[in-house]
Amino acid sequence: MTWTEICSVDAIPLEGGVAALVGGEAVAIFRTYSGEVFAISNVDPFSGASVLSRGIVGSRGDVPVVSSPMYKQAFDLTTGRCLDDDSVSVTAYEVSVVDGRVLVGAASLEPAREST
Amino acid sequence: MTKRQRIVVVGHGMVGHRFAQAAVERGLTETHDVLVLGEEPRAAYDRVGLTSWFGHETGGDEALSLLPGGEYDDPRVRLVLDSVVTEVDREARTVTVVSPPEAVGDLLAHPGAVSIHEYDVLVLATGAAPFVPPVEGRGKDGCFVYRTIEDLEAIKAASLTATSGVVIGGGLLGLEAANALVQLGLSTNVVEMAPRLMPVQLDAAAGTTLVRHIERLGVKVHTGVLTEAIEGDDAVSGLRVRQAGTEEGAPTTTIDAQVVVFSAGIRPRDALAREAGLDTAPRGGVLVDEQCRTSDRSIFAIGECAAPGGTMYGLVAPGYAMAEVVVDALLDGPGTFTGADMSTKLKLLGVDVASFGDAFATTDGALELTYADAVSGVYKKLVIAESDAGDGSFRLLGGILVGDASAYGILRPMVSSGLALPDNPEQLILPAGTGAPLGMPDEAQVCSCNDVTKADILHAVTEEGCEDVAAVKACTRAGSTCGSCVPTVKNLIEEHFASIGKVVDKGLCEHFRLSRQELFDVVAVHGYRRFDDIVEAHGTGRGCDICKPAIASILASQTSTHILEPTTVALQDTNDAYLANIQRNGTYSVVPRIPGGEITPEKLIVIGEVARDFDLYTKITGGQRIDLFGARMEQLPAIWRRLVDAGFESGHAYGKSLRTVKSCVGSTWCRYGVQDSVGLAIALELRYRGLRSPHKLKGGVSGCARECAEARGKDFGVIATEKGWNLYVGGNGGANPAHARLLAGDLSTETLVSYLDRFLMYYVRTADRLQRTSTWIEQLEGGLDRVREVVVDDALGLGAELESEMARHVGGYADEWRETLEDPEKLARFVSFVNAPDTPDPSIAFTTERDQIQPIAPALIPVGAPS
Repeated sequence: MTWTEICSVDAIPLEGGVAALVGGEAVAIFRTYSGEVFAISNVDPFSGASVLSRGIVGSRGDVPVVSSPMYKQAFDLTTGRCLDDDSVSVTAYEVSVVDGRVLVGAASLEPAREST
Repeated sequence: MTKRQRIVVVGHGMVGHRFAQAAVERGLTETHDVLVLGEEPRAAYDRVGLTSWFGHETGGDEALSLLPGGEYDDPRVRLVLDSVVTEVDREARTVTVVSPPEAVGDLLAHPGAVSIHEYDVLVLATGAAPFVPPVEGRGKDGCFVYRTIEDLEAIKAASLTATSGVVIGGGLLGLEAANALVQLGLSTNVVEMAPRLMPVQLDAAAGTTLVRHIERLGVKVHTGVLTEAIEGDDAVSGLRVRQAGTEEGAPTTTIDAQVVVFSAGIRPRDALAREAGLDTAPRGGVLVDEQCRTSDRSIFAIGECAAPGGTMYGLVAPGYAMAEVVVDALLDGPGTFTGADMSTKLKLLGVDVASFGDAFATTDGALELTYADAVSGVYKKLVIAESDAGDGSFRLLGGILVGDASAYGILRPMVSSGLALPDNPEQLILPAGTGAPLGMPDEAQVCSCNDVTKADILHAVTEEGCEDVAAVKACTRAGSTCGSCVPTVKNLIEEHFASIGKVVDKGLCEHFRLSRQELFDVVAVHGYRRFDDIVEAHGTGRGCDICKPAIASILASQTSTHILEPTTVALQDTNDAYLANIQRNGTYSVVPRIPGGEITPEKLIVIGEVARDFDLYTKITGGQRIDLFGARMEQLPAIWRRLVDAGFESGHAYGKSLRTVKSCVGSTWCRYGVQDSVGLAIALELRYRGLRSPHKLKGGVSGCARECAEARGKDFGVIATEKGWNLYVGGNGGANPAHARLLAGDLSTETLVSYLDRFLMYYVRTADRLQRTSTWIEQLEGGLDRVREVVVDDALGLGAELESEMARHVGGYADEWRETLEDPEKLARFVSFVNAPDTPDPSIAFTTERDQIQPIAPALIPVGAPS
């Protein structure tokens, strides 16, 4: 696992997201209301556009989610799983916050679908 | 193949129209061609609502029309207006028609004014004519009847030079006419020979209660009075009356009046039938059997001209029933007309009046239960009798309600059902008891205008998936004519859902149980400015893409803070969040405002230069502006900079907000234009720009009736008249196109703007999320009439408040692009990658088509495949 330092945690708006380049891949990094930081692929699998960081962050039940700005499907920020279509998920990345700096693990986690 | 049959319908009033409509809907036109001959210059209109014509300065004709386009959707039904049928030849099966040449058109074979039409089936729907009693002087100028729009036009014209008027006849129609005179600003009198008003429907106590209500409105009521003569030289100057029951020569008094309206009843128009040798009833009307067939088997008569079993019915509901019966008979159906419920419920001069069943307790053994509150002007009477069951229970025979008729919806069906009354029947009319949910039998008729039973309504709810009044209305027609049963329909729907434990959920989403309207009120009352406070106090969780943009919109409507402030930026929908419209490859399109579609050459050049310099695809929009596509998110501020510097501002193409006010070129250039439509469109667009609303809003202004701006396809459309502006509301294009309908006519610009302020703010306050104005109006209880009450009549007393809210919006407006450009914090979001701001998104690529860029679809990641 290689960690890439992305930005200060304050650079991510509360309940918002930013896009970052991690090893050539576009990654969406979000900060939830509770202050937790999550990272998933920035590419919306339904449209192919690199836009997930621009979605609205909220919750579905107890799960923190982002809804795609393109067609509004919700993605679980912790796993990358699409909550509106079981067959779809996006890559979820490991995140660590050290001294107020956000680090993203470059070796991706297995997609949630595979691990369950 | 059997030869198509020809049906000729004589008369295009409400009943003739209903016949044609039913013929189309029930498939009769598959085998029959229908020719409808209307005598009036216009297609059928709502005669029941005639008085409301005065509420419109112009355009009332259209508001009342039952067939606004003037023709049926089914080409096998042809309507010819301005045509008088002068003769029926039963032998030859033809009718002779006299039409003015211009109405004949290409339909009739020869150009003369007289034509002959063959029929296989003839339907007489000639209606009734007002009865004018043989009073001396009844032919003087200033004497009118009250039946057609032409009558109203004549009364309106005469009222311009009159100060007072008198209505002869204190029945239902007479009071409607009195209402009209009041609206025309005349000092109004009603003269009734009987000792009370509405003698057919009301008893003495009810009549007295009604008089008190009506006199409070300034109408002078004279009951027990006989009209002796109409005074004046050529024109009316007054009405000479004496006490009923006194001899000629008894003392008289004169009521000052320049307008006299006769409303002393109606008589069936049966002359045509009589001359054709058809049987008529002794008291008038074409005698018909239970299938509404006359003494000639190929001729039917329906509505007020008919006398089933010898009785004529002067209400629209029995006429509708007859129309349906005849269509049924022609389809070989079993339908019969065996009499009608003559129950009446209406609002007369703002007073609820209802009379139903055996209102006068004429049945043997009938007892009366009354409740009277003279202070608030409420009188209620139930007529009951011991039921035949012999168990000591009572059943309801009829009743009278004045001042509060809310129990009517429950009571009337109980008469026809014969259901046993509860043990304390007085609870039904005591104030606290009204509206208590009472078991209504399935066969109880809820909508008498369209004969819809409780079972029909429940069927619509349980089988057809209707969940609200609008859906049930569309499905069953219940409540679509007079509307008096709408509260009952609503109760039935709610009762049903309550009984199966289903709460009709008006909540926005899983985070809020409140509807958008409730949230709007909560925000207004508590003065919330942050989503966090709202969700904490009234919701759960952390919101979603439904509730967050809705709350962002509510906050933007109530405050004029920039939508990208730290407290609101995370709530904004995709497009609002970047003040541009996202496109399929993640790039954005940019639309600068071009108010009213008017633009200088210099500004056009700037748009061209910006598009060229940023290599953007350009396309003209339907709203008369220019859309620039293909901007990367990080390019947006630079594009705005160029546009703002040239005097442009955001066009809000991205928002649920005012988009454009489209205009035609208007009187400035157009040789037909009667008003400056461009000037008004610009003023309106600049006034309402930036207004956040439940859905996008569009407007249009046309400079004359040719309507080149297609204003009636907009949420608000303004069409110039010689005297000012007509205001239409509730139109839209899209998947479910709707034509805007007239709200008010011949308005000054100032009045127009105040009505529009009120209309838009009322919509912003009360509509559901993503509800266009058309569906909002449809789902409001009372529909467009309700909107008119609130906006034009200020029935809720909200007018000033709505206008001041709009004034606050107008005063607080600022260009969202400019403000963003001036705030480094807001600009900070507009970067491709937070850790590589100089690297553009590599997934965006373009090709060239017709000399402009087009997006190349991003390589789709195979769905479900591990990456």
